[in-house]
Amino acid sequence: MATSSPSNELRLVAPRRTVSAHLSDLWEYRELLGQLVRRELKVKYRDSTLGFAWSLLNPAFVMGIYYLVFQVFLKSPIHPFPIWLLSGILVWNFFSGSLAAGTGSITANNYLIGKVRFPREVLPLASVGAAAVHWFLQSLVLFGVIAAFQTGVAWAYIWPFLIALVAAIVLAASLAILLGAINVYARDTTHLLELTLMAWFWLTPIIWQWELAAGKLREHGITTNLLLVNPMTPVIITFQRFLYGKAALGTGPGRRVLLPEGGVTWYLRNNVVILAVSVVLFLLAIMLFDRAEGNFAEAI
Amino acid sequence: MDAIEARGISKKFRIVTEPVHTLKDRVLHLRGQRHEDFWALKELDLSVPSGQTLGMLGHNGSGKSTLLKCIAGILLPTTGEVRVRGRIASLLELGAGFHPDLSGRENVFINASFLGISRKEVDKRLDEIIAFAGLEHFIDNQVKYYSSGMFVRLGFAVAVNVDPDILLVDEVLAVGDEVFQQKCLDRVAEFQAEGRTILFVTHGADLVRRICDRAIVLDHGNLVADGAPGEAIRIYREHLHGTLNEAAAPVAGEGHRHDPRIRITGVEVRHPGRPERTYLYANEPLTIAVHFEASAPVPDALASIEVFGHDRTVVFGADTDALGLDLPTLEGRGTIEFRVDSLPLLDGAYPVGIALKDRAHGQMLDWRPPEETSFEVVNRSRVVGRVALPMTATLIASSIPVAS
Repeated sequence: MATSSPSNELRLVAPRRTVSAHLSDLWEYRELLGQLVRRELKVKYRDSTLGFAWSLLNPAFVMGIYYLVFQVFLKSPIHPFPIWLLSGILVWNFFSGSLAAGTGSITANNYLIGKVRFPREVLPLASVGAAAVHWFLQSLVLFGVIAAFQTGVAWAYIWPFLIALVAAIVLAASLAILLGAINVYARDTTHLLELTLMAWFWLTPIIWQWELAAGKLREHGITTNLLLVNPMTPVIITFQRFLYGKAALGTGPGRRVLLPEGGVTWYLRNNVVILAVSVVLFLLAIMLFDRAEGNFAEAI
Repeated sequence: MDAIEARGISKKFRIVTEPVHTLKDRVLHLRGQRHEDFWALKELDLSVPSGQTLGMLGHNGSGKSTLLKCIAGILLPTTGEVRVRGRIASLLELGAGFHPDLSGRENVFINASFLGISRKEVDKRLDEIIAFAGLEHFIDNQVKYYSSGMFVRLGFAVAVNVDPDILLVDEVLAVGDEVFQQKCLDRVAEFQAEGRTILFVTHGADLVRRICDRAIVLDHGNLVADGAPGEAIRIYREHLHGTLNEAAAPVAGEGHRHDPRIRITGVEVRHPGRPERTYLYANEPLTIAVHFEASAPVPDALASIEVFGHDRTVVFGADTDALGLDLPTLEGRGTIEFRVDSLPLLDGAYPVGIALKDRAHGQMLDWRPPEETSFEVVNRSRVVGRVALPMTATLIASSIPVAS
């Protein structure tokens, strides 16, 4: 039997471990994370005839409905509306999907907790991973629409966009870990989260535009930075800025502003802040997880 | 070098008397749930040198599985810490990571990644794993269609084929058919030869004696013995008896039919060497006394005795005739004693059946079934098996040099 494993690696089992111990443990189990993401996707589509096509059909269908409601009936001036909508809603769907799945991830895998050793954080992270795969697949629909309308993206905003992308993933991961641990001890977190996510969705400029709220705030002399308290707002507007490609519609007196016009630096700065906040939150989540996981096996 | 080093391990379990799961309940019971604390392990220290095979004995609830789970990292200790050197494969819950909706093959990869094994490594060993489990024809079926035996076989195959440094085994050898059990034991022996560390939880004293270098005994979360397997098994038996004696004594069966003239009033197992002990060591004397009461004279009677093994085969059977005792006509009260001066048995519990018969007609006058009487022998030595053969080993010194 070939011995390829480093047999001198030392593992510590103790009631408390440092954040760095958690992180190196996670790194060692990165392959498990991949397997669990795969498993989650496989199980989800195992017995369905259309399989992965479902993840594409869903945004296509949503797009169709919103297109009818907002562009055809409500005569929204934003054109092409599907690009505007999808650029915001897909990342939101990833975010809310990660949180919803991540919250139940530890209780749903209770059959593993008392029986197998692995870093427990892998479970919520796998939920985030599976949601991310869906997200990237669904983005194909968006890119298809962008190609069809030949609008092109705002390449100048590629860096804010990439940072926002990473920030969204780190933020989703932190909250999934946090909520997953809390849900072990208070099972109705799932229900509470559903309501919170619904409110959060409408508090984020996805269907409506940033300028709608920002304009109102300015009228009352309140700083528009208030809107940035919602960490998903800078992420979403950056996605819109990059993928929709412009911040305003038309020219002259009929000009209609949709997004902040602070330029690349404004977007860059805000996304760096959100990324930094998310990373700190991630470390805090691991710390809290460390305190919580000691009694997982019994509480589940 | 120590493969496992546990220091001051305690594990507290909360036995919740009124479970609180919802937020509403949490708010209403701000002071927390009503619970009792139960310490499954108490300040336990244990070092296992690399390459040792350690047996863990203890009655149900003694904490041995909890200890194994803490070493595996499945449970986190409440206090103390465990340092583990090398890769652990645990055979605690075989196939625990299996997802019913996925195929056996897909589950092998997932199960292996729970053990920290990369996909590439599994790819190399996949055929070996499938062959070991004997599941060549079913590997692409969903696991939910597997029998429990197939499930466990696949789990075991993954665990032992991923090249662990430390193997944790918990009573799993009890599952599977005999061929598979033999395969498992062969693999354990192979691991021993390769110098891997093995921790073995079992109730089977024989297995411990056969394969372990050392054994520990746990009782109520405390380590009560640590040493050579024979000695540990003796202490384990003592503790087991302590627990059993607390339970109600078995009710003597009085209900069966017997000849109206005579009945057996009692059967007594005596250990003339050590009357205070509940068990014997090999080569100690044993007496089984059969008390009877005859309300009318019974001529031509004989008493028989049968000693059974754990598998209910007869180890020894005889009657008073065969033993050269010609019983006179029995009347009133009396006792027939069966005596062994030096018991040539090694280990185990031996049920004893007693009968009084009519010699002429072979008819049963009264009897005591083997469920009611037994004696127990504990093996302190390192020899194994059932019979204490008075064997010696001698080297006949030879002056002839070996040709090289």
